[in-house]
Amino acid sequence: MANTISDETMEYVGILAKLELSAEEREKAKEDMGRMLDYIDKLDELDTSGVEPMSHVFPISNVFREDVVVNGDDRKALLSNAPEEEQGTFVVPKTIEQ
Amino acid sequence: MSKRYEMVIGLEVHVELDTKTKIFCACSTKFGGAPNTHTCPVCMGMPGALPVLNKQVVEHALAVGLATNCRIDQYCKFDRKNYFYPDNPQNYQISQLYQPICRDGYVEIETEEGKKQIGIHEIHMEEDAGKLIHDQWEERSFVDYNRSGVPLIEIVSEPDMRSAEEAVAYLEKLRMIIQYLGASDCKLQEGSMRADVNLSVREAGTEELGTRTEMKNLNSFKAITRAIQGERERQIDILESGGKVVQETRRWDDVKGTSRAMRSKEDAQDYRYFPDPDLVPVEISDAWIERVRAAQPEMREEKLVRYQTEFGLPEYDAKILTSSKHLADLFEAATAICERPKEVSNWLMVEGMRLLKEQEKDADELSFSPENLAKLIRLVEGDVINRTVAKGLFEEIFTSDIDPEQAVEEKGLRMVNDEDALVRAIKEIIASNPQSVQDFKNGKEKAAGFLVGQTMRAMKGKADPGMVNRLVQTLLREA
Repeated sequence: MANTISDETMEYVGILAKLELSAEEREKAKEDMGRMLDYIDKLDELDTSGVEPMSHVFPISNVFREDVVVNGDDRKALLSNAPEEEQGTFVVPKTIEQ
Repeated sequence: MSKRYEMVIGLEVHVELDTKTKIFCACSTKFGGAPNTHTCPVCMGMPGALPVLNKQVVEHALAVGLATNCRIDQYCKFDRKNYFYPDNPQNYQISQLYQPICRDGYVEIETEEGKKQIGIHEIHMEEDAGKLIHDQWEERSFVDYNRSGVPLIEIVSEPDMRSAEEAVAYLEKLRMIIQYLGASDCKLQEGSMRADVNLSVREAGTEELGTRTEMKNLNSFKAITRAIQGERERQIDILESGGKVVQETRRWDDVKGTSRAMRSKEDAQDYRYFPDPDLVPVEISDAWIERVRAAQPEMREEKLVRYQTEFGLPEYDAKILTSSKHLADLFEAATAICERPKEVSNWLMVEGMRLLKEQEKDADELSFSPENLAKLIRLVEGDVINRTVAKGLFEEIFTSDIDPEQAVEEKGLRMVNDEDALVRAIKEIIASNPQSVQDFKNGKEKAAGFLVGQTMRAMKGKADPGMVNRLVQTLLREA
């Protein structure tokens, strides 16, 4: 494996993804990520100069919707999987941006 | 302070677009629905739900871009901005980073030194987040996704402003353009227009930019002005005492008149933008651009000229009336009903502006119907009421949109032009004010004015002032 993931990178990625990993999981993830980067390096071997970056796998554009309200109130169904609900809202731990 | 400092200001302005549905789903954007009643799997970020772009959002963005002299990027696409926050159910916001729809525009503002161009770096389309309501007593928050997915455009200016006045002038100009286009109502208080201020200071005459801060939570032009002045002083104090300004996001508290740091660059988020694979690119043809350009409504500059030529209004009045789309609409609607453009203009310009100023309100907050103003003008024109009564009625129209015809009947406000009744009243006044009569006879013309005033008061303001004036003069000479 050409790419090695440092502990710092692992820690940072964990913070970004809001994941808490055990020591064992961390080592496993490091290995997986290293292999993924190896694969990307492999793709890099191809000369893509002069090729437009692809933004979508299908060669289509301009898929639109007209501005007409179609959806009704489906709150009951949408809230049915909520771990906790109150008066039609999702209840979450108090979150205030400091 | 020994050195002279200069501010460098750039603004990021979010505008909520006026559409019936959200940007990526067919849910209503209406305000005031019960929590989560305007939601669906798309705007709640349910796994597998697929977004489809609302065409009207592109149309509005194009219209704003063209009206602000932008270059339209004819191939644009959407990207995901990744972050975790409960108001953002997908854990990413769909926005445009790499290929925004509009770039390199400008608007012109008026400054003390004349006209100035403020550059627009880009305009991009994105979705709004939901709303969090915090429990006052317990450690929990409630999430309502009705606003999640409401379409926004973000207009990013170049750092071209040098004072709070310029920043406000730029915002007012943007607001006017967008309101005229009908792309948004742009109400700062209600959050349909939001501005973040990027500000740094540097010694006057130097080229290098200082370290900037970003200020959030500004919801009125006054708050923006105060926040800019406060931040300028804060940064200069730091520099003067030998310190360094830290690049950070600050939250303005308009009640306290101070700001505090929210987060600094060190713990700034890494948004890991990448192209959204759920949305296909948008290709904008020349024909589409031309169609949007041709469909643009009459803008302020055109109205300004038309009000002077068609209605014969002075330039100053035309300028004020067209300064707000809402005010211009009100003027045109009332004029269409009563066909008295100058009278409509006068009421709005004199009494309307006076009351707005008194109540510290903005022209956009005028909430009466053009019908009632037109009715009032007809009542004056038809000599049904006099101007004093009309002024009082205008105030009632202004505050509670009353029907003036109904008020005249209910309160008995019809003008008294019954000569016998007036003569009787004036004779009584003359009899009880011998000193004034004497003064008048000794050549003090003013004394007559006093007696006219007394008569008007006795008639509860409803008399025909011209008639009272004439009768007082005649009766005084007979006295």
